[in-house]
Amino acid sequence: MDSLWFELAVSTIKALVVLLMVLQLAGMLGWVERKGSALIQDRIGANRASIFGFAGAGLINTMMADPLKFLTKEDLIPEGVDHLLHTLAPAVHLFPALVTFAVIPFGDVLVIGDHTINLQVAPLNVGILFILAMVSLGVYGVVLGGWASNNRWSLLGGIRGSAQMISYELAMGLALVAMIMTYGTLDLQAMVRGQGGHFLGFIPAWGIWYQPLAFIIFLCAGIAESKRVPFDLPESESELVSGFFTEYSGTKHLMFFMTDFVEVILVAGLVTTLFFGGWQVPFLARDGFHFPGGAELLLPNVVVAVLQIVSFSVKVLFFCWLQIMIRWTLPRFRYDQLMRLGWIGLLPLGFLNAIVTAVVILAWGQH
Amino acid sequence: MGFVLFFLLGGLMVASALGVVLTSHPVRSTLCLVVTLFLLAVFFIFLDADFVAALQVVVYAGAIMVVFLFVIMLLNLQVDPHERTPPSWRFFTLGGASVFVLAVLYLLRAAGTLLPGPGMQSAAPAGFGSIEAVGLRLYTQYLLQFEITGLLMLAGVIGAVVLAKRRVG
Repeated sequence: MDSLWFELAVSTIKALVVLLMVLQLAGMLGWVERKGSALIQDRIGANRASIFGFAGAGLINTMMADPLKFLTKEDLIPEGVDHLLHTLAPAVHLFPALVTFAVIPFGDVLVIGDHTINLQVAPLNVGILFILAMVSLGVYGVVLGGWASNNRWSLLGGIRGSAQMISYELAMGLALVAMIMTYGTLDLQAMVRGQGGHFLGFIPAWGIWYQPLAFIIFLCAGIAESKRVPFDLPESESELVSGFFTEYSGTKHLMFFMTDFVEVILVAGLVTTLFFGGWQVPFLARDGFHFPGGAELLLPNVVVAVLQIVSFSVKVLFFCWLQIMIRWTLPRFRYDQLMRLGWIGLLPLGFLNAIVTAVVILAWGQH
Repeated sequence: MGFVLFFLLGGLMVASALGVVLTSHPVRSTLCLVVTLFLLAVFFIFLDADFVAALQVVVYAGAIMVVFLFVIMLLNLQVDPHERTPPSWRFFTLGGASVFVLAVLYLLRAAGTLLPGPGMQSAAPAGFGSIEAVGLRLYTQYLLQFEITGLLMLAGVIGAVVLAKRRVG
């Protein structure tokens, strides 16, 4: 009974920590995106949030000012909307993105006394399928928001969004199929453990070396799924005002706004986990560093776990930054270009990659 | 704990299933269907069938999404205030529903010994319902059925392409 309560407490703490970290980071990215766009466009940006005459610490101030502004705004509900579905849509949009973090491991194991804690919220046997399931649920928020708003811009945005997300889901799934074949498992924790070796003794054996094409397909499809420039047709503000969330204000708008950043973190987390060794630190094994040439540095488990979590976080932050740079560098696709890239570009490439992977594994055995 | 959850979620699922047929609003009806199938996936998890649960969400949520779009784009979005079903249809509906309920009751009685009871082992064997177990069965014991299903799906895909390519007018 005691251990059951312990398990329950540990699971709750893990879930809460991951949730709060993701939400905090999403808030921070709001500022990073503004500051990044200002840097790229050679202007001074994101310096208006001055709290008590103190505008210097932009990040902290923006993180406090943003939610305050959204929470105190009037929640406008336009005439003729479907009240229930209009209110439900932001939550339906945010939920799948947040839940997906449950299967992303952020460290190996933490040993407390005689308990071994797996640093992953939900160690699922079907982890990858869970991700695909949640991604396919993500479409509903877009369509519901677009339809329930009783606005033609919103509806157009919603329909564009659903067509785009359904199209790129396929390419994303095929990239994941290749990764499943490479590692022989669907559990993301096992996948990260499988990336622990080294080529020639010093190059970390991360997934990107095995599957560079899958990485490109996955990153493209991931950015398309999160509906950011160059794939932001569902909300293209020069045509559709704000697309499927035109008719939202206040907290509901904040939820749509945050989902955008939560999805950025999600794509970064998945890319890190699948292609860049997740929490792996080069030469760091469960008991400490083992450098090539025989040198060793043994470390206690707590230090190893902290190093792994830091490694995972740094990689995730890098890919968040990369996505923000991509967003402010590229122009928006035209709709036919978007569809052509998805169906004629990424999808056949994904099939090819999966088939080549299967043939290679069949010919040379399991990695 | 499991018992309470079962009846809570089961009640919710029956309610949303009723919502599919009882609401006159096409979009809400489709949404109810999504909720029903999602809760069905939760029940698969209760039965240790994780793989089937994940597939349930991937396949059905994805497929219903298309239905959903058809509802939004092609149907008239007004709720129809006029009852257009002819009265004779009601008779058939009621008759069909009663026959179905009787059949289910009969099956339940026949399968009485299969239902979970005090004498039944509650835990599934290790590895049950995992993707490895399902995959092994699918590619060895049920290979022929698997191939036939694949052929059927291929026919469906080709049919869809042929229909989409046909020039209108």
